[in-house]
Amino acid sequence: MFPELNNLLNTTPDRAEQGKLTLLCDAKTDGSFLVHHFLSFYLKANCKVCFVALIQSFSHYNIVGQKLGVNLTMARERGQLVFLEGLKSAVDIFFQAQEKPHPLQFLREANAGNLKPLFEFVREALKPVDSGEAGWTYPVLLVDDLSVLLSLGLGAVAVLDFIHYCRATVCWELKGNVVVLVHDSGDVEDEENDILLNGLSHQSHLILRAEGLATGFCRDVHGQLRILWRRPSQSTSQRDQSLTYQYKIQDRSVSFFAKGMSPAVL
Amino acid sequence: MAAVATCGGDAGSAGSAVATGSKSNVTSFQRRGPRASGTNDSGPRLVSITGTRPSVRNGQLLVSTGLPALDQLLGGGLAVGTVLLIEEDKYNIYSSLLFKYFLAEGIVNGHTLLVASANEDPANILQELPAPLLDDNCKKEFDEDVYNHKTPESNIKMKIAWRYQLLPKMEQIGPVSSSRFGHYYDASKRIPQELIEASKWHGFFLPEKISSTLKVEPCSLTHGYIKLLQFIQNIIYEEGFDGSNPQKKQKNILRIGIQNLGSPLWGDDICCTENGDSSHSLTKFLYVLRGLLRTSLSVCIITMPTHLIQNKAVIAHITNLSDIVVGLESFIGSERETNPLYKDYHGLIHIRQIPRLNNLVCDESDVKDLGFKLKRKLFTIERLHLPPDLSDTVSRSSKQDLAESAKRLGPGCGMMAGGKKHLDF
Repeated sequence: MFPELNNLLNTTPDRAEQGKLTLLCDAKTDGSFLVHHFLSFYLKANCKVCFVALIQSFSHYNIVGQKLGVNLTMARERGQLVFLEGLKSAVDIFFQAQEKPHPLQFLREANAGNLKPLFEFVREALKPVDSGEAGWTYPVLLVDDLSVLLSLGLGAVAVLDFIHYCRATVCWELKGNVVVLVHDSGDVEDEENDILLNGLSHQSHLILRAEGLATGFCRDVHGQLRILWRRPSQSTSQRDQSLTYQYKIQDRSVSFFAKGMSPAVL
Repeated sequence: MAAVATCGGDAGSAGSAVATGSKSNVTSFQRRGPRASGTNDSGPRLVSITGTRPSVRNGQLLVSTGLPALDQLLGGGLAVGTVLLIEEDKYNIYSSLLFKYFLAEGIVNGHTLLVASANEDPANILQELPAPLLDDNCKKEFDEDVYNHKTPESNIKMKIAWRYQLLPKMEQIGPVSSSRFGHYYDASKRIPQELIEASKWHGFFLPEKISSTLKVEPCSLTHGYIKLLQFIQNIIYEEGFDGSNPQKKQKNILRIGIQNLGSPLWGDDICCTENGDSSHSLTKFLYVLRGLLRTSLSVCIITMPTHLIQNKAVIAHITNLSDIVVGLESFIGSERETNPLYKDYHGLIHIRQIPRLNNLVCDESDVKDLGFKLKRKLFTIERLHLPPDLSDTVSRSSKQDLAESAKRLGPGCGMMAGGKKHLDF
């Protein structure tokens, strides 16, 4: 996790909020550093994490996690981390017939399927173990990323249903958190992606949006992060609080600074 | 809390932990196994495979794309287990040349090739590969070329324009020996027949593999893609690229080349209609292909006619599902061919995406406007620079012409809105 981002979000692993949906979104840049942050944050907070990694392999997250101070292999061995590796499972599903339903069953189907098997997998992974050993604090579901599900043929409605079921189970029933990443396609007209993004934006408590700079590529400032706190269930007259920072990604951390206050400029 | 998490990492249980621990001293050249097959490899005791080298940044195994200029822009080379997607130029001239450079590099290094095409027999493709320039016989010819183009005083320290001395030189300055990483090729000569015969290659020619079109059951992928995936998986499994045959003595890399993927010849209709029946066939294919590559010692190049794809959202999906995306734009047939600005170049090359593998950062080059030029023995990629305005009568209209064309230069990846209105001054 990045200590500076923890300060900006005003959280620490000890006293993080529960029952929240966090939406990570990136536009014209790569927002995967946020996924690494939340993965190491929740592992350090001693939560039970179910990570649906659809876009990269396990060793990628493991190596970056070691730079951030968590060991995913050990976490997986002691049961703290349940890792679904999308790429490896896709090969298994595609080339071998499966007897029991696989979480990524929709890859074999011709029509647009639904994500019910994936939800069953998540629910099974995060359900509280009754034996009472190694008490984890609360369950967390992490998905990287949802836009891949759209590009593999699922409809936006199917993905929204899946997130709805996950939220009902993980956030409301088990008092845990859900963190998802969606790519924003920007000026490319991708209707399904826009439906998904708008639908999730209205449901989430915290939105972190990583954007590229409007003036183009810069070596010292890699992008801009907009943080938006929302209260979706209560209709309040207060405005949602929003902050904007610029960031630079380094090898083991990310440094944040106010707009225009990059150390390269000052 | 931090101590609990890091004590496991310090124990160094996986081989990769050792390498990342010593990341700070890059000069130790701690070679690691290919990051994907960590379950089968026995840790950091690495076999050195010909034609590969570890990345300076994180020890990942890299192969050359066949173009040393492109290798430099991609951060040293192509990582094993990744997909290089080339967005074809309009008439498929330079993209097929890059495709051939990639395959020729495989032959020179002794890698196994897998060539898949729907419109050309792989045996013919291999016949047309360019001949490699190996050290001895061509060094003198190359030196003559260099002297014709450069002035002899290029190495003298600049006295007046001394700031320009600090600018990096982008051009390559000489051929490399055959044991080094990237090689140069002579585009006008064919590869010697004995090199092709000595190499191991597998061909997938779509009209041969698809026997009849009658018994095609509705499936999630187009028939041609299914056959190709099964073919690739077969080769990987049988020849042990995924570590399944441990008695193989020498590890090797499988170079997969797929030509014109997504064109109607593959049975896919994304280039014909906007919302066809098989609109997700190509993305599913890329996903399963990447899964295959991540778990084996292979690397793949795909050329795709993205300028023909009707639905622009699909291009965004394809970009997200590939690792490295390079777009080529040639000037042939466009109005830029006669534009005096671009007279030194044959086209533009856009590096649209570079992956962040095992890392938070990636080796993005600072230069976003890149032009390429194909000389007989050299495919150069360099920073696009405007030629000096040396005309005698510098009229107002020609200056406006230059300014207008300069605005069209790509604002680079990572930008939000159209950069024009922010840079008008």
